[in-house]
Amino acid sequence: MHLENLSILNYKNIEQADLEFCSRLNCFFGDNGAGKTNMLDAIYYLSFCKSFFNAIDSLNIRHDTDYFMLKGQYTRKKEKELVSCGYKAGSKKQVKRNRKLYKRLSDHIGLFPLVMISPSDASLILGGSDERRKFIDGVISQFDHRYLESLIRYNRALLQRNNLLKKFAENRTFDHEILSIYDEQLIEHGEKIHKKRQDFLSGIIPVFQHFYAFISGGKENVVLEYNSSLNNTPLREQLAGEVEKDRATQYTNAGIHKDDLTLLLGEYPIKKTGSQGQNKTYLTALKFAQFEYLKNAAGLKPILLLDDIFDKLDSKRVEKIIELVSQDQFGQIFITDTNREHLENIVGRIPTEHKIFRIVDGKLNN
Amino acid sequence: MQNEHFPSKLLENAVDEFARLPGIGRKTALRMVLHLLRCELSEVEEFGQAIIQLRKEVKHCNVCHNISDTETCSICSNPARDRSVICVVENIRDVMAIENTRQYNGTYHVLGGIISPMDGIGPNNLEIESLIERVKTGEVIEVILALSTTMEGDTTNFYIYKKLKNTDVNLTTIARGVSVGGELEYTDEITLGRSIMNRLNYFDTIK
Repeated sequence: MHLENLSILNYKNIEQADLEFCSRLNCFFGDNGAGKTNMLDAIYYLSFCKSFFNAIDSLNIRHDTDYFMLKGQYTRKKEKELVSCGYKAGSKKQVKRNRKLYKRLSDHIGLFPLVMISPSDASLILGGSDERRKFIDGVISQFDHRYLESLIRYNRALLQRNNLLKKFAENRTFDHEILSIYDEQLIEHGEKIHKKRQDFLSGIIPVFQHFYAFISGGKENVVLEYNSSLNNTPLREQLAGEVEKDRATQYTNAGIHKDDLTLLLGEYPIKKTGSQGQNKTYLTALKFAQFEYLKNAAGLKPILLLDDIFDKLDSKRVEKIIELVSQDQFGQIFITDTNREHLENIVGRIPTEHKIFRIVDGKLNN
Repeated sequence: MQNEHFPSKLLENAVDEFARLPGIGRKTALRMVLHLLRCELSEVEEFGQAIIQLRKEVKHCNVCHNISDTETCSICSNPARDRSVICVVENIRDVMAIENTRQYNGTYHVLGGIISPMDGIGPNNLEIESLIERVKTGEVIEVILALSTTMEGDTTNFYIYKKLKNTDVNLTTIARGVSVGGELEYTDEITLGRSIMNRLNYFDTIK
């Protein structure tokens, strides 16, 4: 699958732009604040019906205007597809596929799969465990609506159960019967979610390790593990064992809402020992593994957006990444960088088809 | 509109009261109040009287706890209704919805809400104990659970199930599935999946 052309109107700092892309490597270069990342974000928007950076659409409209419009022409499974997103301040956003308006945006998400690698991914390593759960949930639920439904129900039951525990403490009462109803719902959905997270991770971990070894030149040993209390003990048993603790803390102590990923570099947590370049390599390998997963789930090659990918990486690793993405397992790729020579230097050495765009003040300047 | 200035304190009071109603903002409240000002005094008196009378005289049926004018509501006191079947619903709006189908000839039991600790509603705030009492009289053969399909609805269903599982009443729940006249392609996959799981014998559907 690839994006053939994109037209942008009043999106962020881009007043108007019409771009024709090639089916492989497309590079944007320009100074800080020129609008390179906004170009990527417009492409992201067409796949996810929202901005990667800001979910509030009114803030994505160019200053002093009151609407934005994005239009992309794709070739998907040999068919031409036109996707357009429009938003006018104060009204509902409209997303159309082949001129037909979607009633539910969730019907669109997943049809034009895309992976974005951005400097803000660092929060996956540096942030709390919720960031890592959000990453897992986001990837799985794109193709599995039942997973999402389970997750929503689980979170709702958890919220009610925690409220119930607070009420018990406030009123100095306890009712095992009603608490156990919430336990049943947590168990039903929690076990399903755990199983799907486990399947997902056991699928991507070897792929991740392969990519990390490739990019780093096999110098470092990395570990990625699914860390869940449900790995060893059924949730039913855990909830039963934690009742007293739950009553004391007024909070549910066991469940998939405590899941995390263990990220190791060598034998130590990467959060504590990883350099910025190692972190970036780790995240890139993880996102490439996500790419492979999406490719299998969707049955087509997702679009890959690499925002400022070369920052913080040494030249060997940059070369390895470019070597990797120019292989046939990857499809259309969009890259941003601040320096033209740097870009040309890198992509010039590979035979893959490529196109370079210069962005100045939110405009295409070739 | 928050800091609007009303030339009349009386007007402001009335707007404040209307704005307390669900779904009514201050703009709409002002429109309603100005409308009442243009009405005949007798009309406005009837309007006020109806509300006061409603609040003072409304009763809850002593059998099903639905809103009623009499001690026992018109459905529960109707000899033509089948008293051996009870349909459990959240509130009067659900009773009205089911009555409009004209497909149901049993009685109801109005819980007055569903279990939600977040909103401070526990089983003791609902008419669950009275439902169990009704079932224990032995007159009831079937209890139909007709609560919303939210997590809170499921919780309440499950709670009632636990309370009734030692009785020999037949506990059923309303079917969930594809809407009539709906196209499969546009049915969400959760609903459709459930419809496939709980499929029906075709012969039963054409009877």
